Amino acid sequence: MRRDIFQAIADPTRRAIIVLIALQAMTPNAIAENFNTTRQAVSKHLRILTECELVKQEQKGRKIYYSLEIDKMKEIDKWIEQFRKIWETRFNQLDNLLSTIKKNKR
Amino acid sequence: MNNLLFDFTVDESTNSILITREFDAELSLVWDAFTKQEILDQWWAPKPLVSKTKVMNFEVGGRRFYAMVWPEGQEYWGVEKYTLIDPQTNIKLLASFTDKDENINAELPTSEWELNFSEQNGITKLSIVIKNKTLTDIETIIQMGFKEGFTMTLNELENLLPTLNK
Repeated sequence: MRRDIFQAIADPTRRAIIVLIALQAMTPNAIAENFNTTRQAVSKHLRILTECELVKQEQKGRKIYYSLEIDKMKEIDKWIEQFRKIWETRFNQLDNLLSTIKKNKR
Repeated sequence: MNNLLFDFTVDESTNSILITREFDAELSLVWDAFTKQEILDQWWAPKPLVSKTKVMNFEVGGRRFYAMVWPEGQEYWGVEKYTLIDPQTNIKLLASFTDKDENINAELPTSEWELNFSEQNGITKLSIVIKNKTLTDIETIIQMGFKEGFTMTLNELENLLPTLNK
């Protein structure tokens, strides 16, 4: 199965995890405390986030900390920007056409 | 022209793309631009693509079957089925990718569109919501449009070059 950033943000729990760990690196237990789901469910989300390369793990002593790969989040911006541009061009063309039609009406 | 609103956001929680744009024209004109094929074909495709509508019956249950045509002649077909029309106010449709014989490509996403039109002081505001099943569907649609975006960038460069030479 293909894993990418869009899968990562497609789930509400995963989006909430992203927001949590954006502020500070956290252990799976600390993350799980914020949700009404099981530890296992949170672990699964963390695994998907890791496979999507959106979070990284760091071992500190016996504990594993999860933190956000900020650069990876920028991919979403780039992706949205492409689509925005298409609409921008399309609408600029419509602007020109509307003003031509208005002139011809007069 | 630059003070006209243009807002483009993706709502991850509803897998939707939200677009709002104002036009310096009366509502009836903007409505015609979206509902009459001879006007639609003049602006719908981002240059250098050309929009070519083959069939369009703008009524509930009706459809617009059209192609985006590349300068080299390559065609990308799609169909929009109208599910609701409230004249000069609201349009709902289902947009799918098809082949040239109008067979829907089930591997590509179908999205639900809702367009809302309103006018204030001669400025027409258009809001579009494009709802998809998953975020990955939005990504696929953007990938379909990526070539468009890329060509447009080249076009912009083309326009820019003469001014740089001066």
